[in-house]
Amino acid sequence: MDLAYMGAAIGAGLGAIGAGLGIGLLAAGALEGISRQPEAVGDIRTNMIIAAALIEGVALLAEIICVLVVVTK
Amino acid sequence: MAASADAAQGGGNVDVIGHILDHDSVEVPFINAHHIFDGHIALPHFDPIYGVDLSITRHVLMMWIASSLLILTMMACFRRPKLVPTGLANFLESIVVFLRDEVVLPVMGEGGRVYLPFLLTVFFFILYCNLLGLVPYSATATGNISVTAALALISFAVTQGAGIVNNGLIGHFKAMVPSGVPAALLIILIPIEIVGMLAKPFALCIRLFANMIAGHIAIVVFLGLIIMLQSYWVAPASVILAAALYLLEIFIGFIQAFIFTLLTALFVSMAVHPDH
Repeated sequence: MDLAYMGAAIGAGLGAIGAGLGIGLLAAGALEGISRQPEAVGDIRTNMIIAAALIEGVALLAEIICVLVVVTK
Repeated sequence: MAASADAAQGGGNVDVIGHILDHDSVEVPFINAHHIFDGHIALPHFDPIYGVDLSITRHVLMMWIASSLLILTMMACFRRPKLVPTGLANFLESIVVFLRDEVVLPVMGEGGRVYLPFLLTVFFFILYCNLLGLVPYSATATGNISVTAALALISFAVTQGAGIVNNGLIGHFKAMVPSGVPAALLIILIPIEIVGMLAKPFALCIRLFANMIAGHIAIVVFLGLIIMLQSYWVAPASVILAAALYLLEIFIGFIQAFIFTLLTALFVSMAVHPDH
């Protein structure tokens, strides 16, 4: 097996770890905010989705690069 | 267990990347005499114009189908609007009202009504492209980076145009840098702000593209496991997981169209009201 495959796989896993941590912290914060202030659920949800989209964008960029490593090898 | 030559070499091959890429033919069932599910119709190919190949590919075709479907459904539903909509008109109107009252007006204020037609068009076009990609034998036009780049460029043009129209050409670019900053800091700040300005549409483009690609790759890989492992016993698990992912993809199709619209609205509102 080529090392490039291993590198791409490890990279994909690291990207997933980062995004998982980020979205987990985000959801924890949002749920705490909602439970403290249930009337603000709409605002919190919108802002949570925006932040989740930004985190996810970075993670997907990492995954795309890993796919490129495999495809263009 | 299949004892074919493929199995001896460690399983069959599934063309995962070819499933995602753009081709110059569309797949159509029932036209190939040798294999009912594997037929191809070649699409017209044109000579490059000034070095740019403008041939019609399957993603272009899918985009046309999405646009025609969009026009047809909207005309059928809202040509003669009823006070109390029924059926599809009811569904579409609930989406429009949700986007207007929960997304555009809270983010952009009352001035957002001007941008509402643009944002709704972007939303429905992306939604139709995403959902059309889930129909068997079709392709996802939004899973092509050129399509998402074009959408992001339109969003970028609208953002900058809205800023320039509302704050003037000089005012728009001056408002990107915080006021009252020492001159020495400007040397660092201006490049950062320019990169930030360009990074927004880039992120929009990559996000939509990668989300669409990722889901479709996952579905193909799960179904392809049956062929790769050359075993019937994988099939139930593969099919159940692929069906679950398929349902998730419908959800993601809506979510990504929503996020693209929401972020475009946010960027436009940031350009129009630079102080907050």
